Formats: sequence, C-alpha cells, structure tokens
Amino acid sequence: MTSPIGEAGRVRAIVGAHRSLRGALLPILHDIQHEFGFVSPSHVPLLADSLNLSQAEVHGVLSFYHDFRSRPPGRHVVKVCVAEACQARGCDDLVAHIKRRLKLDPGETGADGAFTLEAVYCLGNCALGPSAEIDGALHGRLDAQKFDEVLA
Amino acid sequence: MSGVRVYVPCDAAALSVGADAVAAAIVEEAKRRDVAVKIIRNGSRGLLWLEPLVEVETPKGRVAYGPASARDVPGLFEADFLQGGAHRLGHGPTEEIPYLAGQKRLTFARVGVIDPLSPEEYCAYGGHDGLVRAVKLSPEEIVAEVTQSGLRGRGGAGFPTGIKWKTVLESPEQEKFICCNADEGDSGTFADRMVMEGDPFLLIEGMTIAGMAVGARHGFIYIRSEYPHAIATMRDAVSRAYALGWLGGDILGSARAFDLEVRVGAGAYVCGEETAMLESLEGKRGVVRAKPPLPALEGLFGRPTVINNVLTLTSVPIVLAKGASFYRDFGAGKSHGTQPFQLAGNIARGGLVELAFGVSLDTLVNEFGGGTASGRPLRAVQVGGPLGAYVPAEQLSLAADYESMAEAGAMLGHGGLVVFDDRVDMAKMARFAMDFCAVESCGKCTPCRIGSVRGREALDRIVAGERVEANLALLDDLCTLMTDGSLCALGGLTPLPVRSATKYFREDFVPAPAFERAS
Repeated sequence: MTSPIGEAGRVRAIVGAHRSLRGALLPILHDIQHEFGFVSPSHVPLLADSLNLSQAEVHGVLSFYHDFRSRPPGRHVVKVCVAEACQARGCDDLVAHIKRRLKLDPGETGADGAFTLEAVYCLGNCALGPSAEIDGALHGRLDAQKFDEVLA
Repeated sequence: MSGVRVYVPCDAAALSVGADAVAAAIVEEAKRRDVAVKIIRNGSRGLLWLEPLVEVETPKGRVAYGPASARDVPGLFEADFLQGGAHRLGHGPTEEIPYLAGQKRLTFARVGVIDPLSPEEYCAYGGHDGLVRAVKLSPEEIVAEVTQSGLRGRGGAGFPTGIKWKTVLESPEQEKFICCNADEGDSGTFADRMVMEGDPFLLIEGMTIAGMAVGARHGFIYIRSEYPHAIATMRDAVSRAYALGWLGGDILGSARAFDLEVRVGAGAYVCGEETAMLESLEGKRGVVRAKPPLPALEGLFGRPTVINNVLTLTSVPIVLAKGASFYRDFGAGKSHGTQPFQLAGNIARGGLVELAFGVSLDTLVNEFGGGTASGRPLRAVQVGGPLGAYVPAEQLSLAADYESMAEAGAMLGHGGLVVFDDRVDMAKMARFAMDFCAVESCGKCTPCRIGSVRGREALDRIVAGERVEANLALLDDLCTLMTDGSLCALGGLTPLPVRSATKYFREDFVPAPAFERAS
C-alpha cells in the first residue's frame, strides 16, 4: 500500500499538471480518480488549498457529480444502462439477473471487493441495447447469458 | 501496405457488439490464406442493426456484410467476400441499401465512409471547404450566411443559430468563447457520439468557423464521460488539427486564431443544460443559472459565449461550403435543412437516419425502422429524449419538424425516437420520468427538486390503486407547477412524458374495473 505522503505527492503532481487550465477542478478530479480509482475525502484540504477554494466548494463539486467516488470501487466495475431505450429492449430482466449474479444492488460494492454495480442513464448505444459497460468496455445486445460470458 | 481495403467500424456501437474481434479475425484469416488486406477502421454507417458491418472495397464500389461475428470470418473468405462474393450476410453495394439510399446525408455525409482521423480523406470527401471559404469572409458575412441558411439549434430548443452568433459578434468584449455542448445525455440519442467518433474534423471545422464569425479565439467541447471513444477521437483529432495549422495562432494563413480544448463531464445529466454546462466548465457544481443574462452576453467566465450543440456546429461547414440557399432548400416550414434522426429502443432496424425536416414519424419508425424488434404491436414512441412526449401509435402521422411537434404538445428535441411495444407499462414510464428528474435535478429550483419527488410519490400511490382519480388530479396540478415554475428544461419538461402518458395511456393508470376501454 502506498504511503500517505506518496499519495499527497501524486495529488500535487496532478494539480501541478493542470494549474494553467481555467476551471481546472473537474480535470483534476478525473485524473485523481483515474490514478487512485476514487477521490479520497482526505485529499479535499490539499485540493482546496492548491486551487484557492474552500473545502466546502471542493466537497460540493465532488459530491454533485455521479462519476466521482469517495470510496474504492470493486476490482470489476459493471455499469448497466437503465434508461428508456434499454428498458424498451428489456433491460429489466438483465438488471435482475446481474443483481442476482453479483448479489449486489446498484450503487453497492461487494464486501469481498470483487464487484461494484452501478445503474447509469444512457451509454449512447440505444439501438443495440440492453447495454452495459464492464471494466470500461461497452457491450451491446446483452442478455443474461452474454453477460455471464463476458464475466467468464 | 497494400491489399484489398476492408472497413470495420471503430464506432462505440460497433465495438459493443464485437467489431474489434471481427477485425482481428479478418487479419488472422488473411494471414493464414496469404492474401493481402488493409483494414480501415471507419465510423459507423448508422445501420446499427447490421453492426458489426464489414465493407469491402471492390471495383464496383463498397460491398457490405453484416452483422458479422468473428466466427463468420472464415466463411466470408470462403465466399470470396474480398471480391464482393455472395454470402448470407451480404447486402450488396452499401450505398444501395435502401435504408442508406433513402437518406439525405449532409451532416453525416462522411460518417462511416472515411477513416475518421485521416485529414487527407476528410479533405478528399469535401471536408475543409467550409473553412476555406470562411477565412475569405468577414465575421459579418459568415454570420449572415448562417442566418440565411435557417439553421436552428439542434440541441432541442431550435433557436436560430445566426441570431445567437450575431449577439455574440456585436458584443464589444475582447474575450469570447465557443462552447460545444456534447453532453448528449438523452436516452435514444447517439448522433453527437457518432459524428464525433466518425468525423471529428467536422466538429473542429464548425467550431473554428464559429470562432471566426463572432471573434472568439477559444473553444471548449464538453463531452459526457459516458463517451470515452468520442473523447479519445476528438482529442486525437484536435492535436492533429494543430499540427496541420487548422487550429492555433494562424489558421490557414489567415492570421486569425482559434484554440480548442476537450473537457469531460462527470455523469450529471443536467450539465446538458447550457448554463449548468458553463458552471461545470468553470469547475463548479453543475447548477443551472437564472437567465437573463443570456450566455451570449455573459457566458463562460462571464464572457460572451456561443453555446451550440454538436449537430448544429457540424451543420455549419456545409452551409459555408455550399451556401445558405443550398441548405435552406431542405426542410419544411420554418424547419430548414436536415435532422439526423436516431431510431432506438424496440425497433427492428435501429440506427441513424438523416432526412430533411417534415418526414413523418411513421416513415421513420416503420419504413426505415421496420417496426418493433419484437414483432409485437407498437404502442408508443418517445420522441426527444427523457423530457419528450410519448406519442401513441395512432399519432405516428405527425411530421417531425419543430412546429408540428410543438403543436401536438410534443417536441423533437435532439431527434431521438425510442420505440416501445405493447408490453410497456406507461405508469412505470411516467414514474421513471419523475424519478429521473429527482435523481438528476441540480437542486437549484424547488419545482424541479421537490416537485419530482412528490410526483414520484403520487405515481406510487396511483400504481398502488390509492385514491387514483384524486392523485391523478394532484399529479396534473404538480405538472402545471413544474412546467411554469422550473428554471430549466429538466423540471420544465419532465411533465411532458408524464402528461402524455396519463393522457394517451390512461388505462395503465386506472384500475381495470374503473376504466372502460374506448374501443
């Protein structure tokens, strides 16, 4: 496990790389999440200090956007689309299967840290649903069997 | 390397159904048979039900095969597909497939045709002509051309683009911005994604022309994080454009400057609302701003800002290249030009259909789309995303243009059509609309923040059969309040799907014994 000092150094490096951008907070948070898998609340004071913002402002941004996680995700992340077009193509059955298979509800990470399940609105694959993004890769025309094949 | 040119799309939709595996299988099989092939990763033609759609360049033109899987590849070689041979997945010459041949592709002319990141192919197929003409015109002349073309905002509101540009042009401020709204969050829409992945230089060209027109030297493309492929393609194209002198300090030697940055959203639907997008670009919570001031006067970082949708900005180059009257002659009434419609949901032939405004929903859904994918009767089409109305099957003769849709109490929005068959529960869909609004509300105004929660509760009571008529009346009252009192379209238009559901599909809300079917 990385030491806290090392972590702070990596956060400082990310902030430094974006310092010249206007409106840099979102790009910084994206990069921190990319680096660590989540944005730890412990980084908020450092971010606030570096960007001349209040901690409340940084926390406010962090908590507003669905993408940013404040806790580590599972080793595998499943984002299943539950928007209208995927509903019209039968995503309810797929979602029920995924919940059973992973023993998780949307928004949860398993105690063993294997999976995080998220329900999302629209992956832009609305003619080929049901769709899910599994570990960053988009999958269309999904059903229970194909989902299991992807996980296998 | 030479060899037969074989096209396998790199569009996210094609990738989602195995395009990479198909491309790899073709390379492997060609090596095994010792034949030379050159794989080109194009965008998608938009015939999404045929994805992965493999095309082979033959002396007779490009020939299509799909939907292909890696398993089909040896059989395709066996059938001599490299010479356009017959195969059960074959569709003949791509351009003659009725779905494609029946379209009028202006904005999507190159999408699926070219290698998206090849500037040479972009120029060979008519790209860049708009910018070449624009650098010879004064800002006023560019704005006049766009105004005369009748181009209106494709994001949903349909505001005349030229008038918006004129406002920004006339501002005396030194610093101005061009912001492209690529936060395409509406379910049932994917045209922004497809054009960014399939023809990224087109968006860069459109934004550069916009910058020249209004005197802005900096632009932002705000892309939703759910579109990683579009983000990567746009970033790659932007860096190539700099290397070519299509962006930067001296565009095409005109001494005019334009810089472009790609920024990424973070999963907030409301950031598709233009002022919330500005807040997000500034690094803040995506909370909607009150208007006035209009963003054209006080937008990004308080400066005059043109905010246009991807499809608006990608329609600009052809207006400049071919002239205002060429573009204006397409369409119906006050809706000029073409609209890339997106056929989605339970539809047999889902995909992208670009046509002049005024085509009927019936033509789109049944002639192009082939009806439902399930083969069951079509019951409803949601037009224009999560904030659009559910149009019942009986009303599909409606013309898809801004005015006709508005008259019918619906809206065209971003041109997405989501088809539902007769198994849809419209009370569930109405509840979903309220729930979506509750989850995605930015929280600034009460009608949206609280109204959506109360609406969801009222619908739960209705579904439970609790004082149904009284709760339907309450729901309707709440919808009036949200429509009239919300700051932006999220709270203001959520009543559209809800009310269309209760109006046209009342049997789904009222317990069976209390309701007598009209027919």
